[in-house]
Amino acid sequence: MMGNAQAKFALMLFPLTNSPAARPRVVVTGAGIVTALGGGWKSNAEGFRAGKRAFRPVTLFDVSRQRVKTAAEVELPGLDSFPAMRLSRHQLERLDRAGKMLVLAANEAWQQSGWTAAENIPLVLGTTAGGMVLGEAYYRQALQQPENFRQQATRAVFYQPQVQGRMVLDSLGCNGPISIISNACASGANAIGHAWDLICSGQADRVLAGGYDALGELVFSGFDSLQALSTTVCRPFDARRDGLALGEGAAMVNLETLDSARRRGAEILGELTGYGTSIDQHHLTQPHPQGSTTLAVMRQACANAGVTPEQIDYINAHGTGTVLNDGSEALAISEWAGQRAATLPVSSTKASIGHLLGGAGAVEAVICLMALREQWLPPQMIFETPDPACKFKIVTQPQEARLNTVLSNSFGFGGVNAALIFRRWA
Amino acid sequence: MSRIFVAGLGAVSPAGWNVTALREALAQGEPLPVQPLARPGWENTARSLRVRPVPPPPVRPEFLAHPRLRRTSPITHYAAAAALEATAAWRALPTAKNLRLGVIACLQSGCVQYSCRFYDETLKNPATASPLVFPETVYAAPTSHVAALLENVVLAYSLVGDAASFLQGVALGAEWLTENRVDACVVFGGEETNWIIADALRHLDRPAIVAAGAGALCLCREGQLAAGIELAAITDAQTFSISRNREQAALAMRQQLGKNSADELLADGTGDSAHTDAAELAAWRDWPGPRVSPKRILGEGMMAAAAWQCVAACDAVGRNQFKAATVSLVGSNQQAIGARFVRA
Repeated sequence: MMGNAQAKFALMLFPLTNSPAARPRVVVTGAGIVTALGGGWKSNAEGFRAGKRAFRPVTLFDVSRQRVKTAAEVELPGLDSFPAMRLSRHQLERLDRAGKMLVLAANEAWQQSGWTAAENIPLVLGTTAGGMVLGEAYYRQALQQPENFRQQATRAVFYQPQVQGRMVLDSLGCNGPISIISNACASGANAIGHAWDLICSGQADRVLAGGYDALGELVFSGFDSLQALSTTVCRPFDARRDGLALGEGAAMVNLETLDSARRRGAEILGELTGYGTSIDQHHLTQPHPQGSTTLAVMRQACANAGVTPEQIDYINAHGTGTVLNDGSEALAISEWAGQRAATLPVSSTKASIGHLLGGAGAVEAVICLMALREQWLPPQMIFETPDPACKFKIVTQPQEARLNTVLSNSFGFGGVNAALIFRRWA
Repeated sequence: MSRIFVAGLGAVSPAGWNVTALREALAQGEPLPVQPLARPGWENTARSLRVRPVPPPPVRPEFLAHPRLRRTSPITHYAAAAALEATAAWRALPTAKNLRLGVIACLQSGCVQYSCRFYDETLKNPATASPLVFPETVYAAPTSHVAALLENVVLAYSLVGDAASFLQGVALGAEWLTENRVDACVVFGGEETNWIIADALRHLDRPAIVAAGAGALCLCREGQLAAGIELAAITDAQTFSISRNREQAALAMRQQLGKNSADELLADGTGDSAHTDAAELAAWRDWPGPRVSPKRILGEGMMAAAAWQCVAACDAVGRNQFKAATVSLVGSNQQAIGARFVRA
């Protein structure tokens, strides 16, 4: 199997390898996750299943002059508590929070998959800011101490997401092409979708993909300046919602062909069956009020997966909690679902861990895998009055459910929309 | 296997606001003038930063009247101008309005001017930081604006990486065309600059002179739309790693491109730094034919410079100066990728 994968990637980026006669089935054999609910599948699954909320006062930077003072901060373990990996302590120290979360998620996914160190494992990452926290530190020092160059060269290198990507590969002892997709808050979903494309088109047998972003002062201030942050409680799809809450985190998945997974005897966590993406040109930061692009990508993902809305058992919505996003998404889901809407369970897990920006789509993909595997619905515990545009059911209490197929939506500044569809593996 | 053609080229560089200006500057072979760049905190020191700026456009571009572009920063202006130039012939088709366009933006530093401005405002007083500036700080902003300007865009990605990622963008565009997801795809690489980029580059590559601009290729499947140029090959991404240094990656890229004849052009990425250029120079030590090195003339434009290399190579092929041209991109911290364009 390894030889086969290596041979494929000894080829060129162009001309492309001929697509396989039949599109291969793509399965997930590893998943890693870091959020404010904890590090790893178990603590996150427990948290999302119960609808726990992980918001706390921001400690990472000064928010005393911001409107909003809370976010879903990750409690990162000290370096001594990091799992064994092929990075030295010195290398880990050079990474910022985003890089550390990314490496932790990737190593968890890698361990779970049973993949071994090898050449030519494509890595596809989604992020909006990469190591922006290092960029902020560079800027402050350059302005406040213009003759002090200490650590500036290191910051200038390590804030770049491709360097964080190289650290992921180095930590796993492998090499391969790195693609960084920065489609704003759809990045994580686009990264997983692009990985799916690579496998479906026969360009790879296996791809490691995911997304990540850390809380940073610039971005926090940016959303606060837009008055997009909730000053009360983040309540996606609630008629009285007043904004989003920010969080941070990372998630990675190991994707491979079903044939590859079966040959290895790997444990399969779920199947990625569909992906849709397009761009909404309505506005840089506002979705089309009717959600036309959202509708289009949901239909595209369903067509790819060969399913109808009647076969979707749960939607993990983008659901930021802003008036404009949720209104647009609610209209799109309601129209897409038709009569199915009345019984369709929908929730936004951003109510638990905030909006993870470039990490959101990947983290929510892993939450979908958890829900499929363990057969529960992630609730939004604080929800009072549904927005009238919601023709669907918001999940408000922890509950078990029979889930076979679920859909996850992600949208970003700039207008890129993405939808992923996962199927239970039983 | 689908054939992929280049339907048009676009460029904004320190030489000017179109491909002709780029071509003439490269033909002259003389490095363009350098200007000092003010850096806060160094006003009373002997230290200085240098830049090769993009000159003001000779006339105000019409696209700046588009409502989406009113508050945009220079990177969007450069990208828009290059994308419009590259797609001019395609957009003139009677059927253009019914065709599906893809946009792939490639960036290394991205929207640094507004990022610095917004962060500066945040540090001074977050309560007055401008909500109009913040959205323009994201990598995806130029992509979104260019997509709005070009209309009927159905697919758009923003790719971030070192300069060699530009060819990943071209390969992705070719993939979208091959899979019939779009009817044409414009791939642009763009950068803007300011003192902090020059400051960072000074730490990493002191002789380099920072530059800004954009370059764009419009890809299509139809030979009759080709500007006389066909994409022949893009190598695999030769990623730098613990087990493969930059020089080894550059050599692997060269080996994948195979032997070339002396009547082909090499558009390489060497500039003003012996240390930075060493890996690429070693990989192409035995190149038998002519070379063009846009960075030596235009400066270190990062992703824009990678795009200029591709534009220069395609332009030479399209104008029948060479039957083929090779592009060598050895990035700063990620990968080496090469490509070959031939006469269609």
